[in-house]
Amino acid sequence: MATETGIDTAPAHARDVPVKAPPARPVPARQPNGRTSPVPHRDFVEKVAGTLPYADDWSFAGILHGVVVRARVPCARIASIDVSEARAVPGVRAVLTAADIPHNAISEEASGLGIEQTVQPVLAGARIRYDGEPVACIAAENMVAAVEAAGLVDVEYEDDEGVFTIDEALAEGAPSVHPGGNAYVTYNSSIGDVDAAMERADHIIEETYQTPRVDHAYLEPESGVGWVDSDGVLTLRVSTQVIEHARALAEILELPHSRVRVIAAYMGGGFGGKEDMTVEPYLAALVWKTRRPVRMVWERQDSLLARQKRHPFRMRYRTGVTNDGTIVAQDIKILGDAGAYPLLSSRVLFAGGVNATGPYKCLDARMQSTAVFTNTVPTSAFRGFGAMQVVFGYESQMDLIAERLGLTREEVRERNFAQQGDIRVTGEPIETECGTRECMHRALQELGELSEPTRGGRVGRGFACSMQPYGRSMFFADRASAWIGLEQDGTMVIRAGVTDLGAGQAASLANIAGEILGVTVDRTSVHIGDSHLTPLTGGTFATRQLYMSGNATVKVATALRDKLAPVASDLIGCEESELEWANNLVGMVGDRARAVTLSELSRTAESRDVMPYCHETFTAQAGEFDPKSGQGQTYPDYTHGCHAADVEVDERTGEVKILKYVAVHDVGRAIDLQRVEGQIQGAAAQGIGYAMSEEMETEGGVLHSTLFANYLIPTSLDLPDLNAIGLELYLGKGPFGARGIGEPPIGPCGPALASAIHNAIGIRMLRLPMTPERVLAAMRAGRDNSVPGPREHDA
Amino acid sequence: MTATRGHFISVTINGRPTDIGVRPNLSLLEMLRDDAGCPEVKLGCGEGVCGTCTVLLDGEPVNACLVFAVQTNGCEITTVRGLAGDGELHDLQNAFLDHAGSQCGFCTPGMLLVTKWYLDRHPEADREELRHAIAGNLCRCTGYTKILDALEAYRDLRLEDGHGD
Repeated sequence: MATETGIDTAPAHARDVPVKAPPARPVPARQPNGRTSPVPHRDFVEKVAGTLPYADDWSFAGILHGVVVRARVPCARIASIDVSEARAVPGVRAVLTAADIPHNAISEEASGLGIEQTVQPVLAGARIRYDGEPVACIAAENMVAAVEAAGLVDVEYEDDEGVFTIDEALAEGAPSVHPGGNAYVTYNSSIGDVDAAMERADHIIEETYQTPRVDHAYLEPESGVGWVDSDGVLTLRVSTQVIEHARALAEILELPHSRVRVIAAYMGGGFGGKEDMTVEPYLAALVWKTRRPVRMVWERQDSLLARQKRHPFRMRYRTGVTNDGTIVAQDIKILGDAGAYPLLSSRVLFAGGVNATGPYKCLDARMQSTAVFTNTVPTSAFRGFGAMQVVFGYESQMDLIAERLGLTREEVRERNFAQQGDIRVTGEPIETECGTRECMHRALQELGELSEPTRGGRVGRGFACSMQPYGRSMFFADRASAWIGLEQDGTMVIRAGVTDLGAGQAASLANIAGEILGVTVDRTSVHIGDSHLTPLTGGTFATRQLYMSGNATVKVATALRDKLAPVASDLIGCEESELEWANNLVGMVGDRARAVTLSELSRTAESRDVMPYCHETFTAQAGEFDPKSGQGQTYPDYTHGCHAADVEVDERTGEVKILKYVAVHDVGRAIDLQRVEGQIQGAAAQGIGYAMSEEMETEGGVLHSTLFANYLIPTSLDLPDLNAIGLELYLGKGPFGARGIGEPPIGPCGPALASAIHNAIGIRMLRLPMTPERVLAAMRAGRDNSVPGPREHDA
Repeated sequence: MTATRGHFISVTINGRPTDIGVRPNLSLLEMLRDDAGCPEVKLGCGEGVCGTCTVLLDGEPVNACLVFAVQTNGCEITTVRGLAGDGELHDLQNAFLDHAGSQCGFCTPGMLLVTKWYLDRHPEADREELRHAIAGNLCRCTGYTKILDALEAYRDLRLEDGHGD
């Protein structure tokens, strides 16, 4: 699909981009616990009280219970579907199959670059492409009837030949999961002349790294309630990261966009797993068919079986270095298992590819990334979105270089860290300053002396650096809108279509607007996540929400302040420039006695026809990317970091115990330091699970890990205290100079722990997760993938 | 859910006696959520692994998804809403707020009940003991560090107030 570019290291457009930091804003003052507001936002109070209504905590009189019926074969043709017995079960109100869905296609051109055609059906009618694919959905008066009917849906299958691994899928003559071949999207980017640069290199270091298919495992299952509201609008209140799916739902049901409304409840976790639709199309179809309210909750086992996962990556790194450790050439090939349908795979492989060189400078670099269809559960968005898998690749490669050249792991990184203005593989410069080096020093310093063994194992120290993007790819020309109004009593209402995954997205908006308009959190109501009633912000994903809706909130709060300033200055009798907005008052700087309440300001403004509300839209920095040349602008900015850990390896069992863990990121400016730490700790925990225990194992397309009992996410005993440090080094492009922190801290965990294991026992783990079985097997195999290295600790 | 072929049981939920009709195979979790007006009890996995649906049954923590409703006849059940009085927060809940022990909040009700139960019995528990106490309750958001911070703060507050005997 794409061609590799010529020799020119920096295309003209890249050289012309001005390198500048956004204007600095004053940092909000902080409480002793790191919080911006002295009082917690309402949603957190409701959460500890147990009173927050999640998607499944909502009901209607006469509500029906919905279930999805799933095929339990990985690859087959559907000969016939007979639902007559299912429909005959007393209490069953609807049994829908493919034929009942007006436009049976979950359609999204996900790449944003116009390079995709594959259609995913809402309900499979002709072919089954993965184990667990939906074939029917049912609504019944009670759950017992719904489940009984589900068992009576009679589907006759004809076996079909499938492909269940990347290798099978790419083999000559392999059956195609979809027309057009299994390698369904490939990106190529390159700068410089990689082949010539490899010739100049003193050493060429080559290795392949593999990462697993994993599940988000948020604790709240996919769930929601749907009904036809009194205005005739099909309304869903669901656990979703994206209310804009209302449009896709309207198209599936062939309704006008204005007739479908999606409300996002506060989520019990999302992590990207509720970025694609989950219950929505089934709920919508059942509500529309029955004209009754319907509730649907997916069982955990269904969620593990059939909802999309993280892409397993296989990454081939070939790196040319000089004797002093300078990287002179990079040649990287990535294959990602997309499973049976595209979903967001094209974007994930894009992110993986363009971020594959990490926080290191290399002017002769080439990458190729390919998404491959297989007859396994589809993969899509998950915290880190392609840019996290490659951290395991590039950081393991840095360690390997250090080992081969006899350098310390720090030295080899020091020599190669990219800086502001350096050109990426896509030909674009890094626009803001890079704090990777400082994060590395801080993380290692924070660990202190090497830990002592606790139970007779071998102790080692490792670390890994990363540079992961925040914000959507620039060719999406991303936008977010928000509305703010002051009520007559001076309280504030914020309306923004943000969805809240539990990370405090709504609270952040209250903090940001409060900072500008001087309204405290307890006098603020934030209305979020309603496709009909809140200005759309785009979904909460890609670590974009603080950057996008945060900046939209800055913009609209500033606009409202500017709009009300003439009234305030007239009331107070001072210049507009002398106004101070704080503690629910507007006053004159240095003369608090002359302050007026926001209530008085709001009422006075309204009496003068200055309406005390505003609506504004923030448009992200846009850019262009040419998928043919692989050159252009990719992400608005990056968050840098380094994780470091001490581990103890039990050489008899292969068990790895994490003794100490430090995660340091440059967050630019922290809007709420406590919550920033929480994000770093949570991402690190998820990344440690990914590194050590989590894997959805498949065999012939059948997934083995469909219980929480055998899909092992970390418990409190699997993790040490996670020392999270949010440094405020270099300004980013978010509000007040913040950098996004939702996803970036998940990347460095795997390579940091692999580095520590190698440091402890001289075995380099090339594949995640590093379960005791794998560590033991690698020890017994005698590190056949790695040259023996000295066991000294590079300090 | 129809209860016509079920049993009537008498339970006390958060101090309030209630009679509820239940079918024989109804779980305590389903009963609490669907029939007893306690949506604060959350379904996480339905297989007794995640601890999300933890409630106190006669003062002892149980996974409500693994208990049949009919087994609870005559029992006292405490959900997170029974921790403090109406409109009030328990000190433990305030500690979770102060230390950001809750992010998405879905594990929080179960986590609060288990830790309240544990600290009532082990008022001087150290951090490692507390780490063991929450091992049966999965949290996917916090990495547990801030939960442990909250628990230690609550423990210290109780000891200062002289409730720790």
